[in-house]
Amino acid sequence: MINLASRDILHSWGKFVFTGAGLGLLIGVTLTMAGVYRGMVDDAQAMINNAGADLWVVQQDTLGPYAEPSSIHDDVARDLLGQQGVLAVGNVTYLTMQIQQGGKDMRIMLVGVEQGKPGEPAYLVAGRPITRTHYEALADIKTGLTLGERIQIRRHSYTVVGLTRRMVSSSGDAMVFVPLKDAQEVQFLKDNDALLNERARTAANPAFNRVPGVLDAVLAGQTSSHMVNAVLVRIKTGFDDQELARQIRRWKHLQAYTQEQMEEILVAKLIATSAKQIFMFLVILSIVSAAIVAFIIYTMTLNKIREIAVLKLVGAGNQTISGMILQQALGLGLIGFLVGKTAATLWAPLFPKYVLLIPGDAVRGFLLVMLMCSLASLFAIRAALRIDPATAIGG
Amino acid sequence: MGKPAIHIENLTKRYGAGDTAVDALKGVNMTIWPGEVVGLVGPSGSGKSTLLKCLGAVIEPTSGKMQLGGETIFDGAWKIDDLRTLRRDRIGFVFQAPYLIPFLDVTDNIALLPMLAGVPNTQARIRARELLDALDVGHRAHAQISELSGGEQQRVSIARALANHPPIILADEPTAPLDSERALTVVRILNQMAQQYQTAIIVVTHDEKIIPTFKRIYHIRDGRTYEEAGEGRDA
Repeated sequence: MINLASRDILHSWGKFVFTGAGLGLLIGVTLTMAGVYRGMVDDAQAMINNAGADLWVVQQDTLGPYAEPSSIHDDVARDLLGQQGVLAVGNVTYLTMQIQQGGKDMRIMLVGVEQGKPGEPAYLVAGRPITRTHYEALADIKTGLTLGERIQIRRHSYTVVGLTRRMVSSSGDAMVFVPLKDAQEVQFLKDNDALLNERARTAANPAFNRVPGVLDAVLAGQTSSHMVNAVLVRIKTGFDDQELARQIRRWKHLQAYTQEQMEEILVAKLIATSAKQIFMFLVILSIVSAAIVAFIIYTMTLNKIREIAVLKLVGAGNQTISGMILQQALGLGLIGFLVGKTAATLWAPLFPKYVLLIPGDAVRGFLLVMLMCSLASLFAIRAALRIDPATAIGG
Repeated sequence: MGKPAIHIENLTKRYGAGDTAVDALKGVNMTIWPGEVVGLVGPSGSGKSTLLKCLGAVIEPTSGKMQLGGETIFDGAWKIDDLRTLRRDRIGFVFQAPYLIPFLDVTDNIALLPMLAGVPNTQARIRARELLDALDVGHRAHAQISELSGGEQQRVSIARALANHPPIILADEPTAPLDSERALTVVRILNQMAQQYQTAIIVVTHDEKIIPTFKRIYHIRDGRTYEEAGEGRDA
């Protein structure tokens, strides 16, 4: 038996290809939206994995350091190091900020790390680790910075000595690592004018002038900071992270999260709203795509009323006619999917945020497109089956 | 003499009901023998198309009796359940415009019908080629429909009507879009095919050029038929 659908597609391939390409761009957008969500999750997971920690110790009753602000003293790290089962600890600070580089604004996440301790990038793609206590930086290649380049962060200038890859915040901002002391200064210290103002106010307070030495101590406290956002803990082999986290929560009056819990916070809480937003877009795009396929197939079927009437008159069964329309809808979906997948693959790297296209989503997308096309063809099939074969005979 | 290809007694067709009812056929009688080509002539609105649709098992008559090859297919109601198969296997259609399937080539437009009846593809295509050769369009076997002239398209549509070797062909104004020469050629072909395949052919027409070619003519007026001997002039 002749395959009527494929013959019709081959006969008017230009119309099919152009229609399929239009539909494909819509499918490409849908796949990209899914890729944006996957990219956000992957960014979050990469950040957790690259931190090289088993536990995140943060301020009590907070979801810090990524989802909420957290502030704890840096000497907590020494205290935690004495805890049984703790292999290494590292103080870290995280600050999302805007810097200017080469006349352009750049959004980064500034990370303060201690040399050789948890929190440092797991690997470098170029250059060397930070070896000096001040004014050296490691930057993610996404920043576009190169080795030896100097960047201005607040009051100081930093030299890029190493480059990392896939070190981004959950918002997709590239990370720049600097020594902890420098990062603390950036995050917690006030600018010169504010410091001067604050000193004058403090000096004018009679409470600090009653006992000699108190004023000096208070003023010294204003010009140095010993706060960090979190302490990253690496655990010795054989120790249970859940149990250690429980002990820290109970005895140190701090909050401690395992890697699994931190992932849960990032994926289920921090990017949950964005995920819902993307999901809504996916639903709307799917409905729009289905409506377009339905409209196209319906119009194409109505354009063939006479042919369908003749086919019915000469004895073609409902199955033959329904099959032709269904196969055309599926053909259109196939063309659309191929165009969409290709388009998404080509334009994904151009997005400012990471777009992760995974084969699983492509397979799910393909099945969804085929299902959508099948459902969309029902309207056209219904219309075709209602065509009266008598239409072929005049009068 | 054998059984008539078509025999109709007192066939009526009423559209609508009550005050708005219209009697399109008011008792049509007709007998056509195998190998015979008869004309069905009448003015617009006389009931020609309604009669053709009833004969083609496309619409159901209101009353009367219809026999095809001696078998009663309608007697107050359809006597055959599967009208689609009846149309496919026993009735060929030629329309005013060829209405060929534009996305199939010439051969497949014809072969499609035997294929729908379950004939294997190769055999169906061989049969199509035989018919195309018989109708003098064998050289256009692989052409697209859009590449054919009007006359060639009508020949292909006749070949399609003959594809399942039906005992009856219903031709609805097959010469309407053609000039005199081509119109007479189509009639000549229909006569040849009727003789060759012993097919009964009813040609609905009001084309003055071809009316003299019929040996028998049924005039239809106000839903009733009147038989008349034709001139039977050579086409």
